Amino acid sequence: MSSNNLIEMKELSFTYPQQKKATLDIADFSVSKGEELFLHGPSGTGKTTLLEILSGVIKPTAGELKILGQDFMQLNDRQRDAFRAEHMGYIFQNFNLIPYLTVAENIELPLHLSPARKKRVGNIDLNLVIHALCGNLGIADILPKKVMELSVGQQQRVAVARALLGKPSLLLADEPTSALDTDHRERFLKLMFELAELYDTTVVFVSHDRTIQHLFSRAVSLAAINKAF
Amino acid sequence: MILPSLSFKSLRNRALTSVLTVLSIALSVTLLLSVERIRKSAQEGFTSAISQTDLIVGARSGPVQLLLFTVFNVGNPTHNISYKAYEKLKDHPAVAWTIPYSLGDGHKGFRVVGTNEDFFKYYHYRGNHQVEIEKGRVFRGLFDVVLGAEVARSLGYKLGDNVVVAHGVTHGHGVQHHDDKPFQVVGILSPTGTALDRAVYITLEGMEAMHVDWHDGAAPVAGKETPAYELSRENLKVDDITAFFVGAKNRVETLKLQREINEFAEEPLLAIIPGATLAELWDGLSYVEGSLKAISWMVVVVGLTSMLIALLTTLQERRREIAILRALGASVQQVTGLLIFESGLLTLIGIVVGLGFSFGAIGLVAPWIEREFGLYLTGGGFSFVEIMYLIVTLVAGVLIGVIPAMIAMRNALKDGLTPKV
Repeated sequence: MSSNNLIEMKELSFTYPQQKKATLDIADFSVSKGEELFLHGPSGTGKTTLLEILSGVIKPTAGELKILGQDFMQLNDRQRDAFRAEHMGYIFQNFNLIPYLTVAENIELPLHLSPARKKRVGNIDLNLVIHALCGNLGIADILPKKVMELSVGQQQRVAVARALLGKPSLLLADEPTSALDTDHRERFLKLMFELAELYDTTVVFVSHDRTIQHLFSRAVSLAAINKAF
Repeated sequence: MILPSLSFKSLRNRALTSVLTVLSIALSVTLLLSVERIRKSAQEGFTSAISQTDLIVGARSGPVQLLLFTVFNVGNPTHNISYKAYEKLKDHPAVAWTIPYSLGDGHKGFRVVGTNEDFFKYYHYRGNHQVEIEKGRVFRGLFDVVLGAEVARSLGYKLGDNVVVAHGVTHGHGVQHHDDKPFQVVGILSPTGTALDRAVYITLEGMEAMHVDWHDGAAPVAGKETPAYELSRENLKVDDITAFFVGAKNRVETLKLQREINEFAEEPLLAIIPGATLAELWDGLSYVEGSLKAISWMVVVVGLTSMLIALLTTLQERRREIAILRALGASVQQVTGLLIFESGLLTLIGIVVGLGFSFGAIGLVAPWIEREFGLYLTGGGFSFVEIMYLIVTLVAGVLIGVIPAMIAMRNALKDGLTPKV
């Protein structure tokens, strides 16, 4: 196995409890560092399940899974949660933000959940870091605002800022552009990639919308790698 | 730690629901404490209806019966005791004081008690409380009447009003009135919160005077009544009384005195120790206590249920929040802790507010309850039972937070990181 791989899967399968048939069954698949991977497939191909496994929310039923060289099969629930808090960013389709916190408070949240991640920010004033990050995303002026006052596009950019703060190794995105119009979609993705490259963050992006596929460095059909489908 | 501050912000965000939840817990705690306090007060009011009296003596009947008609104005005596026997025992060396009681007449549903000045001197209730005159003075003349607080209040009597006493306690058709011997209100007693409030007090001789022309239980023939002006306390002879209260010179001798009275040779007498008979009676009424306790617990269950409902209604909107926190790396334990911290906090605030409410409420309504219901609310610090109630409420409140937490976590895992909206 190449040390250049961020994610490595071998004979990885997942079966929901009380179900006979596996939802996910991947023979051999890896994601290399710095990649911008586009995973596509219609619903039912196990996109969400794969994201849950990669993030560590659920544990594979069998097989091998290594992320950043860490054997995920050896970690318990808490360790996987801590790993996610330290090394990953996550963007939902929508409703990424906690409504009663300000934009700045939302962005800071992962640092409070992971001391290791906070450490990585270093001794630099956190406000400066957030300002710089948000400056790049064009949302520095809305930091003190309430989440309710933001447009969907702004919310998704805040989600990117939160996901990337503390320079995580892996950014998991679950159709974050589906709520945006075509015009905004491309701009949003380009901005996200720019920052991901700057932060050395690998992107795994899951979507059924293949019109944006050309913007990624690699595109894979989940139906093709998932034998269970 | 980020979680408490998240909780505070989350609760503030849902300010209305939070306030309503706190309020519902506060009200249940208030009710719980009030019911408990009333229960305790009822018991104390009951057992402290008479104090410092060592013996109650009456004609031989049941001890509870004797206690009921002397202390609680309930039931009717079947026999009287002779005044001669009373005088003999009154002068017994072991007896410090006595209060004679003569019953049998009523006024508009209230009992008429014939007694003497010693009633005001020696009758004690609730420890060292004494019968006090609120307005006017004690009776002196034959047709003077002193009213219990409740009698004066409910019948609207003032000093100087005329009162006609009926034969027998109850009012209604066929009741024979002693309207040939009008009494006049000369005094009104302060409220005591005991049965004392619900009686009318006259002199023993006054009681005798009413019946001066009565023969063998028949009313006097019209026009043949002895005119009231011919009667005075001096020229009336009291033949018998119903019962009397005894204060012993030496408490140690009470038992000996009791035995002596019970073995009184000249006529069949019964002497009871009020404290012992009161305890016996309260034991017999234990179902009252039991039902009050049951009500208390039902109140708590209702309060906690409303908290559970409040927590569950917000759960739907919180599922998204929980999914976000999970995605950011919060563990199941942390999110559960967050929800339990919230319910615990709400319960704690609810309990504190409820405590404030109940103390405020007791302070505000105690005088009214005492006046209206004759129930003297015991104040003071917490009893062990009350503290137990509060601890149980708090623990239950925290545990109730576990229910939505469990549902939330199950959903979060089922929905994965992507909440279905």
